[in-house]
Amino acid sequence: MYRYIARTVNEDALMAKSTAPKSSPTAEGASEGSLTPERRVAAYRLMVLARLTDERCLVLQRQGRIGFYVPLQGQEAAQVGAGLALEPGDWAFPAYRELGVALTIGVPLGSILDQLFANSGDVTKGRQMPNHFGFRSHNFVVASSPIGTQITQAVGAAMAAQRRGDAIVSIAFFGDGATSSNDFHAALNFAGVFKAPTIFFCQNNGWAISLPRAKQTQSPTLAEKALAYGFPGEVVDGNDLTAVYRAVRAARARALSGEGPTMIEAQVYRFGPHSTSDDPRRYRADAELEAAKQKDPVVRLQKELMAEHLLDETADRAIWEAAKAEVAAALTAAEKTAPVDPHSFLDDVFASPTPRLVDERVRFEELLRDGVVKP
Amino acid sequence: MTELTLVQAVNRGLQEAMRADSDVLVLGEDVGVNGGVFRATEGLFKEFGAERVIDTPLSETGIVGTAIGMALYGLKPIAEIQFLDFIYPAFDQIVSELAKFRYRSGGQYPCHVVIRTPYGGGIRGGLYHSQSTEAYFCHTPGLKVVVPSTPADAKGLLLTAVHDEDPVLFLEPKRIYRSVTGEVPEGDVRVPFGVARTVREGTDVSLYAYGAMVPPTVEAAETLAADGISAEVIDLRSLVPLDEAAVIASVEKTGRAVVVHEAARFCGYGGEIAALLAEKAFYSLKAPIARVTGYDTPFPYALENLYLPNAQTIAHAARATARAT
Repeated sequence: MYRYIARTVNEDALMAKSTAPKSSPTAEGASEGSLTPERRVAAYRLMVLARLTDERCLVLQRQGRIGFYVPLQGQEAAQVGAGLALEPGDWAFPAYRELGVALTIGVPLGSILDQLFANSGDVTKGRQMPNHFGFRSHNFVVASSPIGTQITQAVGAAMAAQRRGDAIVSIAFFGDGATSSNDFHAALNFAGVFKAPTIFFCQNNGWAISLPRAKQTQSPTLAEKALAYGFPGEVVDGNDLTAVYRAVRAARARALSGEGPTMIEAQVYRFGPHSTSDDPRRYRADAELEAAKQKDPVVRLQKELMAEHLLDETADRAIWEAAKAEVAAALTAAEKTAPVDPHSFLDDVFASPTPRLVDERVRFEELLRDGVVKP
Repeated sequence: MTELTLVQAVNRGLQEAMRADSDVLVLGEDVGVNGGVFRATEGLFKEFGAERVIDTPLSETGIVGTAIGMALYGLKPIAEIQFLDFIYPAFDQIVSELAKFRYRSGGQYPCHVVIRTPYGGGIRGGLYHSQSTEAYFCHTPGLKVVVPSTPADAKGLLLTAVHDEDPVLFLEPKRIYRSVTGEVPEGDVRVPFGVARTVREGTDVSLYAYGAMVPPTVEAAETLAADGISAEVIDLRSLVPLDEAAVIASVEKTGRAVVVHEAARFCGYGGEIAALLAEKAFYSLKAPIARVTGYDTPFPYALENLYLPNAQTIAHAARATARAT
């Protein structure tokens, strides 16, 4: 595990002008920076559940049972660690790879699968491609496909919470590619200016589809971009659950104390394709993947827990079996759930339909009645 | 002549243009090593190298803005935006800058950038990999907008775009990237802008379509023929500039018009065709002009088959239009 405040080579000059506090943001959070043994085992369970869900969903997509899938393997510790560090009331602004965060903050696996199947249980009504989750019940704001757009929105939510005097933070999830987007830069600038209680949680998984991290930016780290906007950026080993947890807890404490935002770059590796539409063998060496798999976050935590006698082989097997059974049961239920109501695509355009939309519904009903379109 | 898919024809058009002129280069996300997420730039990186097939950071405004600078300096950049749905960070560069350079400089700075981008639904792409928002761009004076529906037109229109003097938005119907194949001429064979293509001649009703809506419109015409209705199918293929003469001439013959597009209806491109016919062919019309379009909703994922026009809905509307008295 390693953590540091990211600095450029010119760090002294930069920091002299910086409004960032001189002390490490992690220091003040150190007191609450440890996870109890029980929570670490619970985190392991979540990571196993995320891993098995992911493996199963890739198969479902290949079998044509779901239309698409965005895998998260390799990012379990980063997502579960960040999710565990949040408190009820905090707002998450995810991208489309945050299934593990959703599970960690308590979204039922069944609700996640309902979205993947776009069935009538999907709270987003089958409107979006798989993995574009949104659960208002959990302050998990519905994701979109455009890159980086959620980052400014997270800042706005944090500014609103600040105005209301609510002791919550917002956290924006995004990848290495998003650090090149307009919204990333606008968001960091606004957050710095307004000292927004926001956590910028970047999962740098090494690849933005086919573009390697080294070609995304010439900055030595992504985290150091925060320095230019006047607040700390920190690199953590995203395969280290505890390191991620501590960093997010510290950033959260800093945000709530009124000191403003923090950026965290969790360095991970995308084991799978960008999505099921992608073939990484076209642009990525197998050796690189194999090397990354030596640092598998699930295996790492498993070994740690065993070394500390918090887990033995029997208990470990039970965790995997239980997760497998949970995935199987949730999958059976999701596949049994009825499809979305064919009329529902005309809903929710506005709070109440315009005359034009009322007409369109009539037009659609006529086409259905006459058998011209078939659900 | 070679039998190619539509996406292969795009690829050959790019290759042809790049071989002919070293000022032509390609830039975009995943266009180099990966050959594009739809493989439209496959093989170009190997042939022309990283300096002419540029994998950019993830920023559409970066792609279009730098392409504008390159064009001002004299190069001929072809920018790829991975999906039309992702073009909006570059909207400012396109509508405020690219489309207005020539005009605002009094003609001193023409700015010739080609922006290629896949558009349209029917691939289970949901809200952000399916939209057909050509109307935003057609509404912007200074931009040309073209949409091929055949492999030959894909290559021929792309070559015209590369050699044009104005900015061109080149919309690629990704739904038929691989499902449509056809003969494509070898070499620098161009298809001019502003010329519609009569796909099928008919006398009873005119069906206007473009891009991925052309195949179901043709299928609808075949269905109508079995019912004794002779439908003419016009592939507009060049939305700006529009072949007004061809649009009008068809209705002067048939007296009835149905416009098809997958974009939402309200303020969609079909409204422009309807207005043109009302303004310039009013006395030829024997029935109200009909539109078969997407609904005025965002693009749905699970129910896209209900949202999108298809051969049945097109034939249904055309039958009603043909029989209206």
